[in-house]
Amino acid sequence: MKYRPWSQDAALVLLASLRDEMGPVLMALQLMQKEFGYVDKASIEIIANFFNTSRAEVHGVLTFYHDLRTTAPTTHEISICVAEACQAVGARVLVQEVKAKFGDETHDGYCFGNCALGPTVMVNGEIIGRATLEKIEQARR
Amino acid sequence: MRVFIPGDSAAISVGADAVAAAIALRAPSAEIVRNGSRGALWLETLVEVQSPDGRIAYGPVSPDDVTSLFDADFLNGGAHALFLGKTDEIQWLSSQDRVTFARVGIIDPLSLDDYRSHGGLVALNKALTSTSDWIIDEVTESGLRGRGGAGFPAGIKWRTVAQTPSDQKYICCNADEGDSGTFADRMLIEGDPFTLIEAMIIAGIAVGANTGIVYLRSEYPYAIATLRKAIEVARKNNLLGSKILATSHSFDMTVRVGAGSYVCGEETAMLESIEGKRGVVRAKPPLPAIEGLFGKPTIINNVLTLATVPMIIADGASAYKARGVGRSLGTQVFQLAGNVARGGIVEKAFGITVNELVHTYGGGTLSGRTLRAVQIGGPLGAYFSTAQFDTSMDYESLIAAGGMLGHGGVVVFDESVDLAQQAKFAMEFCALESCGKCTPCRIGSTRGAETIGLIIQGVEVEENKRLLLDLCEVMSDGSLCAMGGLTPMPVKSAMINFPDDFKGGVR
Ligand SMILES: Cc1cc2nc3c(=O)[nH]c(=O)nc-3n(C[C@H](O)[C@H](O)[C@H](O)COP(=O)(O)O)c2cc1C
Ligand code: SF4
Ligand code: FES
Repeated sequence: MKYRPWSQDAALVLLASLRDEMGPVLMALQLMQKEFGYVDKASIEIIANFFNTSRAEVHGVLTFYHDLRTTAPTTHEISICVAEACQAVGARVLVQEVKAKFGDETHDGYCFGNCALGPTVMVNGEIIGRATLEKIEQARR
Repeated sequence: MRVFIPGDSAAISVGADAVAAAIALRAPSAEIVRNGSRGALWLETLVEVQSPDGRIAYGPVSPDDVTSLFDADFLNGGAHALFLGKTDEIQWLSSQDRVTFARVGIIDPLSLDDYRSHGGLVALNKALTSTSDWIIDEVTESGLRGRGGAGFPAGIKWRTVAQTPSDQKYICCNADEGDSGTFADRMLIEGDPFTLIEAMIIAGIAVGANTGIVYLRSEYPYAIATLRKAIEVARKNNLLGSKILATSHSFDMTVRVGAGSYVCGEETAMLESIEGKRGVVRAKPPLPAIEGLFGKPTIINNVLTLATVPMIIADGASAYKARGVGRSLGTQVFQLAGNVARGGIVEKAFGITVNELVHTYGGGTLSGRTLRAVQIGGPLGAYFSTAQFDTSMDYESLIAAGGMLGHGGVVVFDESVDLAQQAKFAMEFCALESCGKCTPCRIGSTRGAETIGLIIQGVEVEENKRLLLDLCEVMSDGSLCAMGGLTPMPVKSAMINFPDDFKGGVR
């Protein structure tokens, strides 16, 4: 997926779009990640100042949510569902194979609402049902 | 020529976009409607063509089938190996009682005209000319209970919010749908989003709220996109905004996207999350109905709870409560998932047995191997063995059987399942998702996973089983919310119903 390089100026422009939101901190962090691919640690202070809250508050939110990350993403992102309905159709084995093959690109997911057609994998945001290693490789191209 | 090819993400996951593109290429003049899914997910991609006497279905269609479908003249209902006849006569679908899901899969999700011509907005127009009391009376009278898990009567919650004076109130829709094995909220939003919008407006009118928020999980990008588009269409048509449909009522709504936290489906953690904070569960009281979002009176309801309201208002409370058993009235949108041959949405009146769901509809396992277990009600729900398959699927019967209905998901496992591993996963999931407020949940879950690990390794099995049951009791009694409080349910039910899996060693 395509992200732009992190910069403080770009971050401030983005934050301005949330000026009228109530409870904007989580939205701000999500917006950083959507645009830059990750939440740069420097944005903690920027967000805190912008919304007149403490760095501890922003840091607390950042570390609570599984979606948020502070390091740049890999070129491809593979999220594989490891929840029960997908386990029932072989996700426990598939996840081992995918991790062995794609390493860092692979993340555990907990249900994409495709539980009747599992195993389910998201490859760069595209949903794959009845997933196999071959299907994942194909979608990753 | 109208051709229906679902744009539902489950259908897309097995190639619906490619099927649509291939059909569009061969038949450029065909009008392709990307409808929601009919819910027979085992038939996806289910392609339907409009014929003078109803829709004709083909499925499951893969992109490779498109050439042969054209060779068979499927646009005119030609014979083909994937021919299923009239969609309305497919027994799996025709034997269901679609109320909440009446329009899903039938209409173009983003066409307001389609929505109107299938009964949409009848309830809103009724509500706009009714009193708040009448609306709430209907909802109460229908017997509608929360579909998010706790089963609390919707009307009582609405009444509390209506009777709490405040300058600002909120309608929060819980679309976090974190339970594995559930997808009905997603399918409703992707297939019939105006029903949810209409429901939230009605709730707003009933309790005097002008702002709605849908908390939608980030794992559902397709649903997020559809709902945002539908809200735009609704605004353009003055369904949302000020003085809606030329009345004195105003209502608007937005979507807030989750950030990958299961516990944020718990209603007070959800409120914290919408407020932009860590998703830590709040102690009750105060009830959210009295002090909810930003401290204001707030209705919190699951997608399915809300989406059933327009049907109740349009057709009357008595029609709805005529269905079901005991105190479980109306229909439940069951979701068949996991290792099941015919998975998908089964909407039926409460009271269908597990057996009917899993065998008559589900057709047994996908693998063809012996069916061994089902988990009902998500990651906090119980594991049942086939010995319990006569249990009636309703709130009370499932509790009596040592489980719960939850959000209505049924996950099927074949004989390859190891229930000790499943119990261990339940503890690990709790450890991962605990909000951290209570020690039994935060630490107990980690110790629980370790203890089950020891049992699996065959280390002091009896002693560790005793320890585990003890721990489960502490978690049940010492947790603020159902995350820690109900994690013992899958663990204990697995131990009780599948004792052979807890004798040490890997199955
Ligand atoms: C850990 C946990 C997770 C929950 N997840 C959800 C969820 O994803 N969706 C939902 O509607 N309710 C969920 N609930 C239940 C909500 O707390 C709440 O009861 C529900 O949203 C109320 O709406 P209802 O009365 O319409 O069911 C969860 C509860 C707990 C304890
Ligand atoms: S039981 Fe767990 S998730 Fe619930 S409030 Fe306590 S620590 Fe948080
Ligand atoms: S459990 Fe994997 S998609 Fe729901």
